[in-house]
Amino acid sequence: MDEKLARKLRILADAAKYDASCSSSGAPKRRAGAGELGSTTGAGICHAYTPDGRCVSLLKILLTNYCLFDCAYCVNRRSSNVARARFSVEEVVTLTIEFYKRNYIEGLFLSSGIIRSPDYTMEMLTRVAKKLRREHGFRGYIHLKSIPEASPWLIEEAGLYADRLSINLELPTEASLNRLAPEKDGAAIESAMGQIGERIVQAKEERRRFSPAGQSTQVIVGADATTDEAMIRKSALLYGTYGLKRVYYSAFSPIPDASAALPLQAPPLRREHRLYQADWLIRYYEFSPDDVAGASEDGMLALDIDPKLAWALKNRHRFPVDVNRADREMLLRVPGLGARAVDAIIKARRHGRLRLDDVARLSSGLKRARPFLIAEDFRPTTLTDRLDLRAKLAEPAEQLSLF
Amino acid sequence: MGEPSRDLPPTERAGDFGGIHVVSLAPGADLSGFRTAARRLIAAGIPPKNIVWQTEAPSLFGAESGSADGPPLQLPRAVTELIPMVVPHRDPERYGLLYALLWRVLHGERALMDVLSDPLVHRLHRMRKAIGRDLHKMHAFLRFRRVPGEGPERFVAWFEPDHHILGAAAPFFVDRFRALTWSILTPEGSAHWDGTLRFGPPGRREDVPDGDGFEAGWRDYYENTFNPARLNLDAMRAEMPRKYWRNMPETAAIPALVRAASARAQAMIEKEPTMPVKRDPVRAVAKMARDEPDSLEALNAIIARSEPLVPGATQAVLGQGPVGARIAFVGEQPGDQEDRQGRPFVGPAGQLLSRALEEAGIDRGEAYLTNAVKHFKFTLRGKRRIHEKPTAGEVSHYRWWLEKELDFVAPKLVVALGATAVLSLTGKQIPITRARGPAAFGRSFAGFITVHPSYLLRLPDEAAKAAAYQAFVDDLRRANALAA
Ligand code: SF4
Repeated sequence: MDEKLARKLRILADAAKYDASCSSSGAPKRRAGAGELGSTTGAGICHAYTPDGRCVSLLKILLTNYCLFDCAYCVNRRSSNVARARFSVEEVVTLTIEFYKRNYIEGLFLSSGIIRSPDYTMEMLTRVAKKLRREHGFRGYIHLKSIPEASPWLIEEAGLYADRLSINLELPTEASLNRLAPEKDGAAIESAMGQIGERIVQAKEERRRFSPAGQSTQVIVGADATTDEAMIRKSALLYGTYGLKRVYYSAFSPIPDASAALPLQAPPLRREHRLYQADWLIRYYEFSPDDVAGASEDGMLALDIDPKLAWALKNRHRFPVDVNRADREMLLRVPGLGARAVDAIIKARRHGRLRLDDVARLSSGLKRARPFLIAEDFRPTTLTDRLDLRAKLAEPAEQLSLF
Repeated sequence: MGEPSRDLPPTERAGDFGGIHVVSLAPGADLSGFRTAARRLIAAGIPPKNIVWQTEAPSLFGAESGSADGPPLQLPRAVTELIPMVVPHRDPERYGLLYALLWRVLHGERALMDVLSDPLVHRLHRMRKAIGRDLHKMHAFLRFRRVPGEGPERFVAWFEPDHHILGAAAPFFVDRFRALTWSILTPEGSAHWDGTLRFGPPGRREDVPDGDGFEAGWRDYYENTFNPARLNLDAMRAEMPRKYWRNMPETAAIPALVRAASARAQAMIEKEPTMPVKRDPVRAVAKMARDEPDSLEALNAIIARSEPLVPGATQAVLGQGPVGARIAFVGEQPGDQEDRQGRPFVGPAGQLLSRALEEAGIDRGEAYLTNAVKHFKFTLRGKRRIHEKPTAGEVSHYRWWLEKELDFVAPKLVVALGATAVLSLTGKQIPITRARGPAAFGRSFAGFITVHPSYLLRLPDEAAKAAAYQAFVDDLRRANALAA
């Protein structure tokens, strides 16, 4: 690999790392036919992990980090003094193919600063995907971050080649957008999401391919005053209205050459983590946004305990739950019991009454679950009333802290 | 315990409930050996406690030959799926545990697999998970290196799995790297692909090239995608245990990244934000004015460049008529003739439309004619290209262009010819019979709905045809009056 390309790669990987999404899951299973390269397994594969604990699944790069916009939280905003570079379409294709052949990656996640115009930029992104598919028979994963201000037909075309399209909302309220991303238009973002969402549903019905792994978005946490509750309510709306597959929460990260408009501080990683947990409860545990609101104080999730435990502690009267009797919905509310453990419990109890040992074999979170459940040979008696229960179950405050 | 069973011929041995049966399977993951043995032993009613499974070379006791086969076993799917996922486990007890499972399932516990809390099922389940994880890590952490030299590209990888999974892992690499020639070497055996998959003897790490031209680039990527402000080593180690590191080129960068991380993050926080030195915001934003097409011509150039959503069409068929036309007519999609000539409404339906327009007093040359969908879609029947109706998805795909097109033409009235045009202009499926007449399309022009002329061509009897044609001409007259 020549040094010029290597230099661009360093700059444009660095510039892309603040995007939280990197997953390669959700695409229909595919495998390479004769003369083709690449497959998707449905589940996604993480090919490495960096010391920040996040996985490397896709080659996540920017086409260019020049940008005409000036979003305060973004290292690529036009007023930032970072080094700039720009890949050609051909260069991105080469990197993707060569990395893929060596089994470094599952595919490509391509995003870009906005250069020349939104349409021009969007066309370039699409051209990369098209070239990979058409000229290289590439069957691996492709995620394109769409430019919401681009003409709608360009987004339509992108969806023909990409496995996933995303548009970053970045800030959950119009007011924050106006203040921190003056050139961005919240209405344009949501209308593009709506367009993509509609087309995905339609293509599924017609058995055509259009962004088959769905669409996702990212919201930045900690760059403005939005509460966790507001964040979760917004996400629930996005899931419901546009059929989003994922909302990523990205703790606002210190960036080189930061804007004066933003707080300079360590990123609220623990908060980000709690938001993911709350999001998870909504998607897989039948919690409503109101439940999440009920588990928080003044709209903020507790940092020392997870939201499910917070909810349980506030609703002690609904516990303990009998593992041999309770319905699925209530079992899902037991702290420490994952959805898989709940399903295993329901299956197993058809064949005999479960003792605490049995539950221990079905769930790895028994220690946390114990105060909240009843088994054939076990009752927690007064545990759920104990005042120090929270203290006993809380995580040490510094676990995720950095400095 | 009775005598070792080796002295007895196989048939008699099978009936010997008191004897110990020693079954010897090939080293590694001997799925077919296990299957044969299990069928035979189950058929003979040998309980698990009377069997010794060994995977080494035959011991002093000698072993049963695997030649005699029993009838296939009728098992729940959950069991047949489990077996191949446990056989590669390196635990020497795996065959014994699996046989115990078969025995219990076939002796009254059909639903045993549902009882994950059962100690045997639980243990097998954990073994399956270990294999799944090992496979996953091999799929993820294996790194190919290109063999230097001329000729077709060849890739080689070295990997050390925890269990005997090479056979189970290979199909993944075939599915993925079908177009390449590659070998995977492990301490237990090797897999080779050049259009067919073959397995061979163990390899050595030295048989893999030292480096690869893209490895440095990959390490650059790895280093730069790491965010020093988010250091979280526990999470990294949990997912990528150290034992894998030595065969992954990028992990060499980890110590230095970790050492520098907190200083780098601190520096970002402490550094005063700088003021922009270049890139005047006002000029930059002015420059970014949207470059959506600014004329019908520019739009048409984009449409002409586009590819058909459904492959097959010769060319995009653009609208025809003057910008500023009083009336615009929107049809469904180009047909066979339109596709060949590249002009709208030139086929039989178009000719009928021309006639009706004339009778209604509309000059075709002064109207604007276009289609909701810009490409011909057909199925080939012999040599004939039979028109196929566009789906709702295709109609919405093209809708943006139609909207923009009509914005440029800016007619007083838009006449939707048929249901597809209505769908495109309103986003809704509305039956023509009910909606016929003036309509609202939610834009800055008046709307009108009538049938598509091809509908008239399809009517079977002449009387109905004549009546429908007359009604169509009447519609056009009304539309003409509305657009006056
Ligand atoms: S448009 Fe995107 S790349 Fe440009 S400054 Fe805003 S967030 Fe950054």
